[in-house]
Amino acid sequence: MKFGVLIFPGSNCDHDAFWTIQQVAKQPVTFLWHESHDLQNCDAIIVPGGFSYGDYLRTGAIAKFSPVMESVRKFADGGGLVLGICNGFQILCESGLLPGALTRNVGLKYVCKPVHVRVENNDTPFTNACRVGDVLTIPIGHMDGNYFCDDSTLAELKRDQRIIFRYATPSGEITEDANPNGSLENIAGICSPGRNVLGMMPHPERASESELGGTDGFRIFESLVGAMAAR
Amino acid sequence: MKAYVYVSLKKSVLDPQGKTIQGALKKMGVKGLADVRQGKFFELTLDGGLNRGEAEAEVARIARDVLTNPVIEEFRFSLEE
Repeated sequence: MKFGVLIFPGSNCDHDAFWTIQQVAKQPVTFLWHESHDLQNCDAIIVPGGFSYGDYLRTGAIAKFSPVMESVRKFADGGGLVLGICNGFQILCESGLLPGALTRNVGLKYVCKPVHVRVENNDTPFTNACRVGDVLTIPIGHMDGNYFCDDSTLAELKRDQRIIFRYATPSGEITEDANPNGSLENIAGICSPGRNVLGMMPHPERASESELGGTDGFRIFESLVGAMAAR
Repeated sequence: MKAYVYVSLKKSVLDPQGKTIQGALKKMGVKGLADVRQGKFFELTLDGGLNRGEAEAEVARIARDVLTNPVIEEFRFSLEE
């Protein structure tokens, strides 16, 4: 049972994710370089946050052409577990592993603060340690987190319960004020049809130790470890 | 031959940058302005190895597969000898 954390030029949350998996979840973990096709037999892949390729062209647009993403696509197609965080979510959307796109925040500002997200579905490898309706406090830090997709994609996401996290008030209400970036339907995270690929804008690795102000984000890693053990 | 590619957000996608520019122009007292949409512009220089038809096909491929995200953006381009 091994985790792999991708590194692109410009990734900057790779070490945080690595630390959380190694030091907090106590699981084997290795870094995977963007120029290599070799996923080193990892059982779960983390696409970390940051600014891959300087966010040139569009966020995540260049990363999708990297050799490692070719392997991640095959891995995901075969049911492999992939978690994309922030820039990782943007990369997964650009790569077509998740539908929709992350566009410029409505307020045009980089937003860096803890937010509340409501768990909409716990029947996934990433949320099985949560209950539906749980409100998790996890930080965001992004300029382009405004989730957009067309009406038919949104209908499909809803029908198949693939909206996993939505921005909410501390008591779990979905309101416009609780939406930090203008995302459609307050969407903070979605998963693939097979539920094995999750993208989320909040950073669970930044909320995995009490020293960092909270441990709600660790529920995602805890869920993943449980799902991997059960496979 | 040069190709000029214009990328813009689809009409259905909110353009907060365009809206902000529009707001600034309004404050400046600009008259007769109904809307502003911000986009991107790319200038490609082709090496001359392609005829016009081939160049059109290749530029369309570049614009479709790389320069735009079809979920949110659309493009048009022109070629100049």
